Amino acid sequence: MNNLQNVSRRGFLRGAFVAGTFVLGARLIPEPLWAEASSSGPAVFQPDIFLGIAGDGTVTIVAHRSEMGCGSRTALPLVVADELDADWSKVRIDQAIGDPKYGEQDTDGSHSVRSFFDQMRQIGATGRVMLITAAATQWHVPAKECATEPSFVVHKGSGRRASYGSLVAAAAKLPVPKKEDVPLKNRSDWRYIGKDNALFDLSDIVTGKATFGMDAKMPGMVYASVEHPPVLGQKIKSYDDKGALQVPGVKQTLTISPFKPPHQFQPLGGVAVIADNTWAAFQGRKALKIDWDTSPNSVYNSGQFRKTLETTARQPGKVVRNVGDVDAEFAKGGKIIEAEYYTPHLAHASMEPPVAVAEYRDGKVLAWAPTQNPQAVQETIAGVLGIKKEDVICHVTLLGGGFGRKSKPDQVAEAAVLSKQLGKAVKVVWSREDDIQFDFFHSVAAMYLKAAIGPNGKPTAWLQRTVYPPIGSTFDVNAKYADDEMGLGWNNLPFAVPNHRAENGPADAYVRIGWFRSVANIYHAFAIHSFADELANAANQDSVQYLLELIGPSRIVPLEYKPEEQDEAKNYPLDTARLRRVVEIAAERSGWGKRPSGKGHGFGIAAHRSFLTYVATVVEVEVDDRGQVTIPNVWTAVDAGTIVAPDNIRNQFEGAASFSASLALLSEITVTNGVVNQSNFGDYKLIRMDRAPRHTDVHIVESDAAPAGVGEPGVPPFAPALYNAIHAATGKRIREMPLSKTKLV
Amino acid sequence: MIRFKVNGTERTFDGDPDMPLLWYLRDVAGFTGTKFGCGMSYCGACTVHQDGDAVRSCSVSMKEVSGASITTIEGISAKEMHPVQKAWMEIKVPQCGYCQTGQIMQAIALLNQNHNPSDQQIDAAMSGNLCRCGTYQRIRAAIHQAAKELA
Repeated sequence: MNNLQNVSRRGFLRGAFVAGTFVLGARLIPEPLWAEASSSGPAVFQPDIFLGIAGDGTVTIVAHRSEMGCGSRTALPLVVADELDADWSKVRIDQAIGDPKYGEQDTDGSHSVRSFFDQMRQIGATGRVMLITAAATQWHVPAKECATEPSFVVHKGSGRRASYGSLVAAAAKLPVPKKEDVPLKNRSDWRYIGKDNALFDLSDIVTGKATFGMDAKMPGMVYASVEHPPVLGQKIKSYDDKGALQVPGVKQTLTISPFKPPHQFQPLGGVAVIADNTWAAFQGRKALKIDWDTSPNSVYNSGQFRKTLETTARQPGKVVRNVGDVDAEFAKGGKIIEAEYYTPHLAHASMEPPVAVAEYRDGKVLAWAPTQNPQAVQETIAGVLGIKKEDVICHVTLLGGGFGRKSKPDQVAEAAVLSKQLGKAVKVVWSREDDIQFDFFHSVAAMYLKAAIGPNGKPTAWLQRTVYPPIGSTFDVNAKYADDEMGLGWNNLPFAVPNHRAENGPADAYVRIGWFRSVANIYHAFAIHSFADELANAANQDSVQYLLELIGPSRIVPLEYKPEEQDEAKNYPLDTARLRRVVEIAAERSGWGKRPSGKGHGFGIAAHRSFLTYVATVVEVEVDDRGQVTIPNVWTAVDAGTIVAPDNIRNQFEGAASFSASLALLSEITVTNGVVNQSNFGDYKLIRMDRAPRHTDVHIVESDAAPAGVGEPGVPPFAPALYNAIHAATGKRIREMPLSKTKLV
Repeated sequence: MIRFKVNGTERTFDGDPDMPLLWYLRDVAGFTGTKFGCGMSYCGACTVHQDGDAVRSCSVSMKEVSGASITTIEGISAKEMHPVQKAWMEIKVPQCGYCQTGQIMQAIALLNQNHNPSDQQIDAAMSGNLCRCGTYQRIRAAIHQAAKELA
């Protein structure tokens, strides 16, 4: 089906685009639905268009994915501009509001480019064909004699040139060509895709002009800070706001109702202090006296819970993948190696804490938020306020980091709830303490691994069990087993082991659990690649050579795919040749084997495919006499298929090394009687420049395979590669995150 | 009445003298290039210059800026970009960008005092500024580049 339409012909000129603009709309939903949606929705907020060109040549491209630092707000418009053959300096980007007509907008799972690359190419290429047709018609020459240069159509034979802007009126009258009549550029003709282009917002960022959620304003807005229940699910018994009301600038207090289980993205509930600036609201909160009810989650102590998880991990669990018969192999009674691994809760701690502005008026809500998922903002606010989803308009600002936290818009719903009570716009600002204590935490996890070792030192059987409170607990109070997390590095072990079983054991959640950059891949890759290195050491074999032999010959690993994973099954089979290649490249670039490890210096490797991207990472460490670890070098090799923005990808993987150094070395959330113990960067520690990897070398494998993810895949292999390096340097095996829990000397 | 300058312009403030400079800049004066990150001087996102020195504006009260000259990110690039900003552009440092104005203010203060800092001196000066995206390697490179430009 041709899903492109010349919107200007049909008269849908509104929102971002003015009359006289040549507009090409792309619908991401089937035509009948689209026709209905565009005629029934509130017109001014539904531009329903991705691309427009104005008479002055300005090209407007709608970015429907959120920008949190991964570059998708630049990358996807760049793809449109390339196929359109537009002059990038004439492009402006309009950030889409939340609306299902743009398709899926949850900027998570590292799939913005993967899911929308073909779509964006098609939109740009269709526009280019129509502009060529318009020019050829005016010149009375065959269209095939015309070509394009950035923002111009040219006729080689006569030397005639027409700017895109001058062709707008004519192009707007043309029918949209069929998909088969729209040639895409050859890769060699790409001007922008695969080249180094700066982020669209770079200049605004370095001059302080960029608008993040923290900077959003609405006329007449007041500021709110919310005292949340210390334990998940606690309700207010009574509260005294006399002290709060005496704080200069504080206007009043309001309560927010507790959530109805499952909590999903609903507000936690609590007492909001309304003030005429952020600081007054913060100060007012300190003077509140609140008597909280009890909650069943008060029993949660993360230290004890660790024992529960570990006990569960030693018991048989639900089988999520089975190859051969591990039990029969274990029963043969050869050499057996077992190990247990543990990782704590983590908080996202994006530099911009949760924040949002919203105004409720006449049964409708207008919000500005740094959200990864504006459609979830619509759904959450609609659910909490009992209004229609379509009556929630969510504008998306730049995000000061997201890492998965900002897929959950509870703070935006708080602003909407408070605005409804106050009758004016409200800006809700979370303090850093709120952010760390009331996160949707990365799950705590325990893993148990067991292998039978054959005569050549290679495993003949490999059993792996993982146990953690699943993300499903956020949506279903009875969820105890992982679901989608199994695909995040657990039910797809790429090793050539004849007998293999992967299991998942049950666990209860006592805090909110959510996606955190690369999600379950973090603990799964940690366990699998630490264990692989343990086996290599036990066999007294080189870690890289051993890993390559574990991966085994080049092949497509047979996996089971869900019905919704057919794109993955078809376009992204698990190809061990690609995995082997990144291992070989990372090892070679690191000079692996040239400098012997030991005496406080070591190299370690791990290789993990996540979000359909193959990554191998070698970490070099130095451990001094006091056990202080420094990371002079990281080498990472990346095969993400076709890439749009290589320099941004290098930045993502350099950043992933630092991000991962935080969780590998320092960060940990613990809970006592249901209350999170950490509250700010003094006790929830993040890596700083002095301890971050000093240099990260990123090698991107050239590939014309389908595009895969780049935001998250750098994270999973880092910690096991680091710990394997520490083992090489010191002989100490790290089986628990973060490193600060283990004394090296 | 507290009198002081922001980006060269005389200003007065007669609100709560304990209000941190950060919230005056952001909520009262509208200089939102200065960011809130932690409120406790742990992260450096709110870094501005007070009489030329880098300070964490979340931890400087309005009564402490009496008579002072404050410079924010908006004040260093009023005409054209500062060489440090240009270096940030050329090296393509930012990812999300939220911490970067604080990083830039800290880097400018460093380069004002030390025209050719070593890696270790850069680390020492910049380790109070967190970047959760992890752009430290590029920040260090950009500071070296700006130092060359300024020399």
